[in-house]
Amino acid sequence: MSGIFNSSIGRKFAMALSAFFLMIFLLQHFAINILSVFSPEAFNNTSHFMGTFWIVQYIFQPILILGVIFHFVMGMVLEVRNRNARKIAYAKNNGNANSTWMSRNMIYTGGAILLFLGLHFYDFWLPEINTKYIQGDMSGLLPDGNYRYFEELQHKFVDVWRVALYCLAFVFLSLHLLHGFSSAFQSVGANNKYTRGLKGFGKAYAIIIPLGFIFIALYHHFNY
Amino acid sequence: MKLTLKIWRQKNADTKGKLVDYQIDGIDGDMSFLEMLDVLNGQLINKGEEPVAFDHDCREGICGSCSLFINGEAHGPDRLVTTCQLHMRMFKDGDTIHIEPFRATAFPVIKDLVVDRGSFDRVQHAGGFISVNTSGKTVDANTIPVNKHDADMSFMAATCIGCGACVASCKNSSAMLFVSAKVSQFALLPQGKIEATERVLNMVKQMDEEGFGNCTNTGACEVECPKGISLENIARMNREYLSATFKG
Ligand code: SF4
Ligand code: FES
Repeated sequence: MSGIFNSSIGRKFAMALSAFFLMIFLLQHFAINILSVFSPEAFNNTSHFMGTFWIVQYIFQPILILGVIFHFVMGMVLEVRNRNARKIAYAKNNGNANSTWMSRNMIYTGGAILLFLGLHFYDFWLPEINTKYIQGDMSGLLPDGNYRYFEELQHKFVDVWRVALYCLAFVFLSLHLLHGFSSAFQSVGANNKYTRGLKGFGKAYAIIIPLGFIFIALYHHFNY
Repeated sequence: MKLTLKIWRQKNADTKGKLVDYQIDGIDGDMSFLEMLDVLNGQLINKGEEPVAFDHDCREGICGSCSLFINGEAHGPDRLVTTCQLHMRMFKDGDTIHIEPFRATAFPVIKDLVVDRGSFDRVQHAGGFISVNTSGKTVDANTIPVNKHDADMSFMAATCIGCGACVASCKNSSAMLFVSAKVSQFALLPQGKIEATERVLNMVKQMDEEGFGNCTNTGACEVECPKGISLENIARMNREYLSATFKG
């Protein structure tokens, strides 16, 4: 057991586990966000619950942040190691002949997602932490007595540049998932008669979920 | 066929190499790629120049010696063939062909297109074997029943010729396809079960020590492998490794 994360397979396994965790989180995030399109009230109630329930706040949230950091740091470590494994590049390398662009550029699509996460934290997470834990306002209410979450969300999607950046980030997320989803299963050793179906499901997930996030952003941009 | 060749020339392991252009004429589509290089070398020798060094032995796709990176692909543009089985009919008159050695830190260039794949041998030595009593009481392998599916899968893994095209093709220079084939061929058979735990742990450890990169499942290895070794083997090795690790 010792040193599992010092081995290539151990690192790969850890990368896959954090990926599974992040993919489940993404699904849950999407499920809550899409509520904002159908029912502002349901969105407000769910947001308030997630924002104040202690298990979510003090257990899931730190785990999530650690998961994100781990996935990125490990991604960088692997990239550096892999670059060292071939110090002289080929003069001509026809990568398209044997692999997808997505699979070869995970570090770049991942980097773009990391940049977006910076913006996302600045937009949503920091104001949340400020309101709740610095100003100590756990009520989730506006001065008019209504929940603040839906209105805050709408406000963020007024600026066309932010919406454009947001949409672009989800294109990168889609590209990342197009390889990442099935790759995570292969890494944990799952390659069997279900793999073909799983790959199809992974492609659907990688396209539908990011597209859904883009739809939500555009919906609020044009309906405000 | 008239061709322009851009060939990596490097005097020895300690010098810097570079691509050198050569013009060659009269190449027949039925020649193999190595025969084309033989023609070139004949011409170079006649001119009093140093011939291009490249690895080869069987020239029929079984030894795994030949190892050229041709026009951006290990063993060239054809599928399921080694460089020695690659025919010149895959190219057109007037083509420019890049010929480079397999590149990986774990495969240092010895001269021109010849690389040292001793790292593969060391991975094999670390566990790519089974211990059999050869004192005269050896039990015939055929007396041990093996189900057909496992026997076939094991055989398919055993067709790996250790050429290194998987490493050369992988953007990470990972040796996972090779090592997984060597782990799988035994993991699937009763004879291999006894040493299964140490085998996978030792081989992976050696693989990492040799400086091969980390697999990110691009699948390039499977596409370029002349023997069609499947990624399923890598998944199997991951399982073997994880269960060996958690076992102790
Ligand atoms: S797995 Fe395929 S490409 Fe890799 S060494 Fe074996 S035969 Fe060559
Ligand atoms: S020379 Fe033996 S496989 Fe090509």
